[in-house]
Amino acid sequence: MSTRLAKGGRLIDRTAPCEFTFNGKRLKGFGGDTLAAALLANDQMLVGRSFKYHRPRGIVASGAEEPNALVNMGQGGRFEPNQRTTTTELFDGLTCTSQNHWPSLEFDVGVVNNYASRFLPAGFYYKTFIHPRFAWKHIFEPVVRQSAGLGQVPKDRDADRYEQAYAFCDILVVGGGIAGLQAALTAAKAGKRVWLVEQTAHWGGRAPVDGVEIDGQPAEAWVKNTVQALEGMENVTLRARCMAAGSYDHGYVLCDEKVADHTPGDGRPRHRLWRLRAGQIIAATGAIERPLSFAGNDIPGVMLAAAVRDYLINWAVAPGDRTVIVTNNDDAYRTAIALKEAGLEVPVVLDARASVTGELPAKARAMGIRVEAGKAIAKVKGGKRVTGVAICAQVGQGSVLEEIACDAVAMSGGWSPVVHLWSHCGGKLRWDEAQAQFAPDKARPPLNHDGAALVVTAGAASGVLSAADVLLDATDAAGGGVAPVATAPQEAAMEPVWIMPQGAPVDLRMKMWLDYQNDVKVSDVQLAAREGYTSVEHTKRYTTLGMATDQGKLSNINGLAVLADSLSAPVPQVGTTTFRPPYTPVTIGALAGEARGEIFQPLRSTPIHAWHLSQNAYMEPVGLWQRPYCYPRAGETHEQAVHREVKNTRTNVGLLDASTLGKIIVKGPDAGKFLDMLYTNVMSNLPVGKCRYGLMCNEQGFLSDDGVVARIDEDTWLCHTTSGGSDRIHAWMEDWLQCEWWDWQVYTANVTEQYAQIAVVGPKARQVLEKLGGMDVSKETLPFMQWADGTLGGFNARVYRISFSGELSYEIAVPASEGRAFWDALLAAGAEFGMMPYGTEGLHVLRAEKGFIMIGDETDGTVIPQDLNLGWAISKKKADYLGKRGQERPYLANPDRWKLVGLETLDGSVIPDGSYAPAPGFNANGQRNTQGRVTSTYFSPTLGKGIAMGLVKGGLTRLGETIEMTKLDGSTMQVKIVDPVFYDKEGEKQNV
Amino acid sequence: MLILECPYCGVKAEETELSPGGEAHLKRFGPGSTGEEFEAYMFARKNPKGVHFERWRHAYGCGKWFLAARCTATLEVFGTYSAQTTEPPAEIVEKIKAKRPDWKGTK
Amino acid sequence: MSKVASALGGARFDGFASVREIGPLGMITLRAKPDVPGLAAAVTAVTGTALPAQRRIEVAGDKAAGWMSPDEYLLIVPYTEVKAALATLAEKLAGQHHLAVDVSDARAVFRIEGAQAAEVLMKLAPVDHATLTPGELRRTRVAQVAGAFWADETGYSLVCFRSVASYVMGLLSHSATKGAELF
Repeated sequence: MSTRLAKGGRLIDRTAPCEFTFNGKRLKGFGGDTLAAALLANDQMLVGRSFKYHRPRGIVASGAEEPNALVNMGQGGRFEPNQRTTTTELFDGLTCTSQNHWPSLEFDVGVVNNYASRFLPAGFYYKTFIHPRFAWKHIFEPVVRQSAGLGQVPKDRDADRYEQAYAFCDILVVGGGIAGLQAALTAAKAGKRVWLVEQTAHWGGRAPVDGVEIDGQPAEAWVKNTVQALEGMENVTLRARCMAAGSYDHGYVLCDEKVADHTPGDGRPRHRLWRLRAGQIIAATGAIERPLSFAGNDIPGVMLAAAVRDYLINWAVAPGDRTVIVTNNDDAYRTAIALKEAGLEVPVVLDARASVTGELPAKARAMGIRVEAGKAIAKVKGGKRVTGVAICAQVGQGSVLEEIACDAVAMSGGWSPVVHLWSHCGGKLRWDEAQAQFAPDKARPPLNHDGAALVVTAGAASGVLSAADVLLDATDAAGGGVAPVATAPQEAAMEPVWIMPQGAPVDLRMKMWLDYQNDVKVSDVQLAAREGYTSVEHTKRYTTLGMATDQGKLSNINGLAVLADSLSAPVPQVGTTTFRPPYTPVTIGALAGEARGEIFQPLRSTPIHAWHLSQNAYMEPVGLWQRPYCYPRAGETHEQAVHREVKNTRTNVGLLDASTLGKIIVKGPDAGKFLDMLYTNVMSNLPVGKCRYGLMCNEQGFLSDDGVVARIDEDTWLCHTTSGGSDRIHAWMEDWLQCEWWDWQVYTANVTEQYAQIAVVGPKARQVLEKLGGMDVSKETLPFMQWADGTLGGFNARVYRISFSGELSYEIAVPASEGRAFWDALLAAGAEFGMMPYGTEGLHVLRAEKGFIMIGDETDGTVIPQDLNLGWAISKKKADYLGKRGQERPYLANPDRWKLVGLETLDGSVIPDGSYAPAPGFNANGQRNTQGRVTSTYFSPTLGKGIAMGLVKGGLTRLGETIEMTKLDGSTMQVKIVDPVFYDKEGEKQNV
Repeated sequence: MLILECPYCGVKAEETELSPGGEAHLKRFGPGSTGEEFEAYMFARKNPKGVHFERWRHAYGCGKWFLAARCTATLEVFGTYSAQTTEPPAEIVEKIKAKRPDWKGTK
Repeated sequence: MSKVASALGGARFDGFASVREIGPLGMITLRAKPDVPGLAAAVTAVTGTALPAQRRIEVAGDKAAGWMSPDEYLLIVPYTEVKAALATLAEKLAGQHHLAVDVSDARAVFRIEGAQAAEVLMKLAPVDHATLTPGELRRTRVAQVAGAFWADETGYSLVCFRSVASYVMGLLSHSATKGAELF
């Protein structure tokens, strides 16, 4: 059984007991435990079920590479699935539950898949569910979805807060083992600005566990001194619990700092995503031990040899009383020795190598440990936990020589450098035959903006494994210097072992797990190879090897080697799959950072926003602006409110917050010339004091924006843009001024937000302004399409007589800071005239009644002004304007183009939004031909019937014709083509 | 995520402060140009794996457009320069030639 | 003056740093090339400062002049003095190609103060504070919007567009929350 030892544990604090629950069971641990260590200390060997076969699963590893021991963590707003117990720090009150089983962990119905496993090989889903086609959607998918997935989806809103932060350094060292510490110290002493991040809560990595001595003192002491030295340096920042998730262009590195995972609810942000920018990255990310592929290597109790050592030394946890070691290298003997020294039994070390000569095996033998050279595990015995192993010769087919009882197996297949950060941004790898590993090819590093190496590796990440070499490599990586001297036993060469035993028959290979989480076995990869999947990328997707949440940290190299063997190709020729960020999963909360709730996105509000809210206005987004759609009164629907607002504006007077309208000042000796290029009509001859409607097109000739331009003085114009368009049009202006006509003397300024702009609209508009008092707003002094500066009710105002409703209308701009006060003054003055505010929907109805187009409704980026009968706003005289050449393309002159018309149903009902007009016949794709569509459709309260605008083939040449349109439900209706100006066709009302 | 130094304000701006503007040194063809010329101006874009000249705007900074010469394959930046020019400055061309002897030039 | 309202009416938040919306502040966008004759004198006449060099802001009491781009300056004066300042500029730069407009109402201004005020900005803007010098006006991205800030002895002034003032207040408050200190 796995148990806590009475003594030892370099990371635990026995004076800080913690209570936690696993599947409701109350268990005890210590501060400094990982959840995995605490579970093992409580003999909780079985922690989950695998994804496909629901096989019992135990803890395999002791760090980020763990594929099995994932749990649902926490409750309610702090519930999170798929949390690795090996990297979760224990705290008092922690609760977790196991995943992927029903009804219970001990008894799981899904395990029937296990017994059917010979019928569920690689590609089973692809092969089975492809026919009949309809069945996937209606039968297979619902069933598969029911039983798929690991943890549960959180149901409550995340109770925690997250944030991001930017940081900059010369050198970012990733990994707080002895390589990282030495690299950081070397760089810091050279005066570099250094960041050092470590994903666990502790510094030192493996060296203290492995008994390394540095400069004559235990690694532990050297680590402590080095950390202290670094902490004392002003140019160094150290962050533990901080995982470098990915490296990107030009030294951009995302680091996920788990600030408060272990202290939930203490008010600190749970995670902080550092957006680091480093001049150079030193990846001191270490190496990960590989499992060995033998039958039953997934039974709980089979663990990585180094992990067994970690649990023993770091947390004083013995995974078993009797642990069999199986290895192809010397390092695993450290585990045998450590177990023996702790008073535990090591019945045998099975070493696949024919000859075992190193110092560590010699020491093991001297301690009385039985070492069997050339031997292998034929099969692990046991179900929910290991009960013993059957031994065979590595070179044979698995004939059992002997059975040995044990309750744990520690395996080591060699080590793979963690090359993720090197590879994320383009570093290349080389195959190191001697250590059977892909290591960074230092001749082909990822490059920085200046062409220099962006990433260097240090220590085990470079593929060097002995502590002495690690420190030399780390010193070099950081620019060189004197490296401390590490002493450790000489290790003999490892021998690659990809299948154990070498000639294992299929019944054994079907029980050799490569990818524990996704249940990919040696036999699956071999099947994929037989079926023609020769590319590693294809094999990965076909078998799902390495596609689980651990991203193949344990399985990729083993799987690759099996594939290479099946293809009779050398490993480097088969290649590796692509390393993609993040290194370990980053929670969505950290990626979102502060962007949640109220500050999810920058909603823009006008100076009158608070009043709109106080009136319970129904707000709608217009770009990022929030605008009132309508102001429903008690008992009113939105539709009723819109109708009331429109009618009141037509008969009395309405008030509109038009502050969102874009306003751009264009000034300079060449401003007129510039505007003549920008607009399709002429603006340079607009007299001072007057306004003119204008259109802007892109260079293809398609309509992009519209608005009224006012001439302010001899060399100043003010251009109104659409509400969503001010930033875009301002940028468009600056683009032409900076990049094409840079010798023209023109300045622009976007003054959109300087003004609150309020439209007073309706037959009684003038009376309201006269009541306010101040400037003369009479027809004679301020006729239609003119503007004037003055005061109204004591406010400095600029008044434009422009109309988007067809009514007598004044658009009044006051400084934004006075906008609310002016709005209140207007409300007071307008009360006796029945003034009511109206919203954006009323605005739309009013403009549609008048046949005024709206950018984004009548236009979609493929419409030229001529399509909208706006040819009158296009100058024939000008030699050039933006879009003129585009509009000259022959197909734009095709009389069959869809052009703007008015549309009405025969019974006065409203045409549904999105209606299309079908035409006879079918196109080349077998789709019904069409001849038009609705672009705007409303109920007109003024006319008491539905009105619409649309684009129809041939346009107004078909006036009076009746065509068929489809509704969304597929039925059809008859629609008459009419003049798009439905109301006050002569335009008399706006001109009074 | 790239870093480009804005030649106008001198800020080493990360990509999130910038907005991209496509290929640099396009010649505008307006009324009177042939169909081929207009097509080339409007639609024909180089998409090289290697040396490329691009338009960028320091949108969240000084607001100025500038041009950048960089390698699309390695992300090496050869230099950034004023947008008020019709061809890359000689010193940037020299730098590219030195670093990429196989480069065929801007044409 | 009672009818004049700043974007957030002087909202404030106290965390590990304090955040206050201030204003309204008088602000003028002045566009002109630095070689325009009389420009330096015109700026001095309005703000009492020298013409700022690249990325600098020159401060004199409650007035300041900041460099925004090679042909744009931000002039800061008391809110009530904007009109007079615009008149001065028009007079001093008469006949010279330039553009001077009142943008006081288009902006919101915040003060971030406290020993760790810089950390609030480090969470929002991709700016290396170690390379910032005192008196530097840094235009940048503040989370999802444009902003500009500069430091003085007691903290930072940050300017953004008025329409997103409440968003920026939210950002600053979130970032300044106690317990979320970076260092």
